[in-house]
Amino acid sequence: MYAFDIERPTTIADAAKALSGEAQALGGGQTLIPTLKARLADPGTLVSLSGISEMQGVCMSDAGEVCIGGGTTHATVAAEATAYPALAETASHIGDPAVRNRGTIGGSLANNDPSACYPAAALASGATIITNAREIAADDYFQGMFTTALDEGEIITEVRFPVPEKANYQKFVQPASRFALVGVYVAKYADGVRVAVTGASEEGVFRWTEAEAALTSNFSAEALDGLSVSADGMIGDLHGSADYRAHLVKVMTGRAVSAAA
Amino acid sequence: MTQVSMTVNGKAVSGDAEGRTLLVQFLRETLNLTGTHVGCDTSQCGACVVHVNGKAVKSCAIFAAEVEGAEVTTIEGMANADGSLSKVQQAFQDHHGLQCGFCTPGMVMSATALLGENPNPSEAEIRAYLEGNICRCTGYHNIVKSIMAAAGQDTSKIAAE
Ligand SMILES: Cc1cc2nc3c(=O)[nH]c(=O)nc-3n(C[C@H](O)[C@H](O)[C@H](O)COP(=O)(O)OP(=O)(O)OC[C@H]3O[C@@H](n4cnc5c(N)ncnc54)[C@H](O)[C@@H]3O)c2cc1C
Ligand code: FES
Ligand code: FES
Repeated sequence: MYAFDIERPTTIADAAKALSGEAQALGGGQTLIPTLKARLADPGTLVSLSGISEMQGVCMSDAGEVCIGGGTTHATVAAEATAYPALAETASHIGDPAVRNRGTIGGSLANNDPSACYPAAALASGATIITNAREIAADDYFQGMFTTALDEGEIITEVRFPVPEKANYQKFVQPASRFALVGVYVAKYADGVRVAVTGASEEGVFRWTEAEAALTSNFSAEALDGLSVSADGMIGDLHGSADYRAHLVKVMTGRAVSAAA
Repeated sequence: MTQVSMTVNGKAVSGDAEGRTLLVQFLRETLNLTGTHVGCDTSQCGACVVHVNGKAVKSCAIFAAEVEGAEVTTIEGMANADGSLSKVQQAFQDHHGLQCGFCTPGMVMSATALLGENPNPSEAEIRAYLEGNICRCTGYHNIVKSIMAAAGQDTSKIAAE
């Protein structure tokens, strides 16, 4: 690692100030620390967000959304997001227990790894990403692999999830990394079904709109029968070819629909 | 360099650390507590698991400065006050839950955290909890058996090795 200083602000305002210079946010460090070890980042100063109590915890908004502080760990979401069981279940399968005790929802969404779980949950749920500067709809937030609408130094302070009637996340685990080889998150709302796919596309997380239309008129795995997913633009690597991933998208969507509760 | 202070295995300690000093480096190199191992240094293997404020974390993936003021427990803090092995440690010995022993500090710390959260885990729950702890020797079977025994379960029910 290159040398850097660590600052530990206790308010969002102080963190934002600290991030206005040559500095980078440190969430749970579960992605950033390995990146620093590989000398792929040289931040000068790291601004740790873990001491900011206003960014911690799970609550309900007046509009009935589940609100999660940007610094909330996966373990806390798994234990406390009981009002949205599919989301809690998703968090409980991210990485392993030690990763879940440190990794945060803000860090995961800021990183937007193409195989990460929370981006699929946020996109399928039509979540709102709240920063120290503005509110961003999930549909506008994810802009391709490792790319988001966040500006330099912008902090995810909270994420709001409207609670669906039914939802489920199916993750086909890549056992070496424990990320999703392909993961599909299906959420059924009163006004329609949303399907978000992670791990598959070179463009990062995406909505499978044909499946959404079919499932909105008939919420059953059979509704997917006539659909096919093109392998164009799918990730192909030693863990699975583009064709294989395209096939998995449909299989995992079907499983998610059948398991949705 | 800044001074960091924390409680390790019940004792107040402090020492110099750079921003980039990992907790595992601070434990091993500053405090000479070399029971915590570094297997991969890439957050994959779990050999470095310790408890920070009672929670299992990978000490290779947290900076010493982030632990300022916290309570840390390492494998050196696991034995009972009279020096006898903890229940989990004793079960690993009795059930041959280790071979080379490299992964064992992390396994014992993870197993102890699991039993703290779930005193009577099923075999499947034990295996799921150990997802981040890699062992190159045992094939996991006797590790799982040791943890079941530490939880007071009848290990004759699980398949023979
Ligand atoms: C062994 C292992 C297995 C894993 N398995 C999975 C898995 O199955 N599924 C999955 O989804 N993820 C997985 N992860 C990744 C894990 O979920 C990380 O915790 C997460 O991707 C990053 O969150 P973090 O809080 O650790 O962020 P950090 O590593 O601290 O930061 C990541 C990036 O986000 C920025 N950042 C952090 N917090 C904020 C914020 N609040 N606002 C703005 N920017 C911020 C940082 O500057 C950095 O660029 C795994 C990681 C490991 C080590
Ligand atoms: S050394 Fe920390 S996870 Fe391997
Ligand atoms: S006993 Fe050798 S790595 Fe586990």
